[in-house]
Amino acid sequence: MVITVAEDTGGVEVARPFIEAAKPAHPSLVDATHLVSELYDMVNVPTAVWIDEEGTIVRGPEPAGAEDSFRQMNHTTYVMPEAATAAIRDTQRAYSEAIRDWVAKGAASRYVTGAKVPEAASAEAADAARAAAEFRLGELLHSQGRPELAQRHFEEAKRLRPDSWNYKRQAWSLEEPMKSGGPEFWAAVDALGDRPYYPPIELEGRA
Amino acid sequence: MADTAIAYGRDPVSVLGDGDALWLDVRVLPGATGWELKPEGMCRGEVCVPIPPARAAEFVRDGQFNLRAFADHLGQPVVNEPAAGAWVIGEAAGDRASRLQGEAPDFELPDVSGALHRLSDHRGKKVLVVTWGSW
Repeated sequence: MVITVAEDTGGVEVARPFIEAAKPAHPSLVDATHLVSELYDMVNVPTAVWIDEEGTIVRGPEPAGAEDSFRQMNHTTYVMPEAATAAIRDTQRAYSEAIRDWVAKGAASRYVTGAKVPEAASAEAADAARAAAEFRLGELLHSQGRPELAQRHFEEAKRLRPDSWNYKRQAWSLEEPMKSGGPEFWAAVDALGDRPYYPPIELEGRA
Repeated sequence: MADTAIAYGRDPVSVLGDGDALWLDVRVLPGATGWELKPEGMCRGEVCVPIPPARAAEFVRDGQFNLRAFADHLGQPVVNEPAAGAWVIGEAAGDRASRLQGEAPDFELPDVSGALHRLSDHRGKKVLVVTWGSW
């Protein structure tokens, strides 16, 4: 069973055109408060988590077959070198094969690695907890028709949780349509340097 | 003056902001926060947190409960926007981490037709949850 979740403060109305175009056969849900990302400590899209028949997280969260070759894309024309396109396709294929392996073998699948539980006792964890509250406050203010006040608190969320691309891109898109994929986005991606945008998916599996 | 608060991921509720205190009618606590005031303290599920007897007046007054004092007591983040009288009480870092141990956190969300779907409705099947964004 696949369940997709749109992390969209704009709610059903902004997600609808994409969902209607894709005509998914699986439940395709809309999450106007980024609840799933908050519950599962997700910082980017697409992110996947594997849950078994008993409701136990058996893998993830992790990039859902996404990887960093997209960074080779031309920042204005959005044209990607052929090698980058091929690398992304390979990663998607490998990730899909890992999922199929789990579907066939269950707990015996080498790709069943367990949940990633975030560390709780650090200054970063306290900041992440506060960032989540600031982001929620930004969403509340946005829903109250106070976009400038909302951005103040989105800024706080972004500052406190710099690894969350969800916070950055959602806030940018509420500020101005398309800003989430514009020059500010590419500048932030380029500023990562050697650090990943999508951490590499571990597909070696257990021995 | 009535402010608006979101507590622990629940829906916004009207609260009474008074200096550092944030008062909410004890009777609406469970629906608004998931916590309930009982003789043994503030309880959520099987967990009860005693209210320090010497500080009881900070927490409960005239049938109102001080959400701010309780959040500070538990180390939960409290953020606000004074210009809008808007508050959010979030989860502490330890609670955010511990909910990923054990059963997958449940959620109920709508599809585009408005029909609600709950993750736990799919027990008995493997589930792949994938997030995306229109942005």
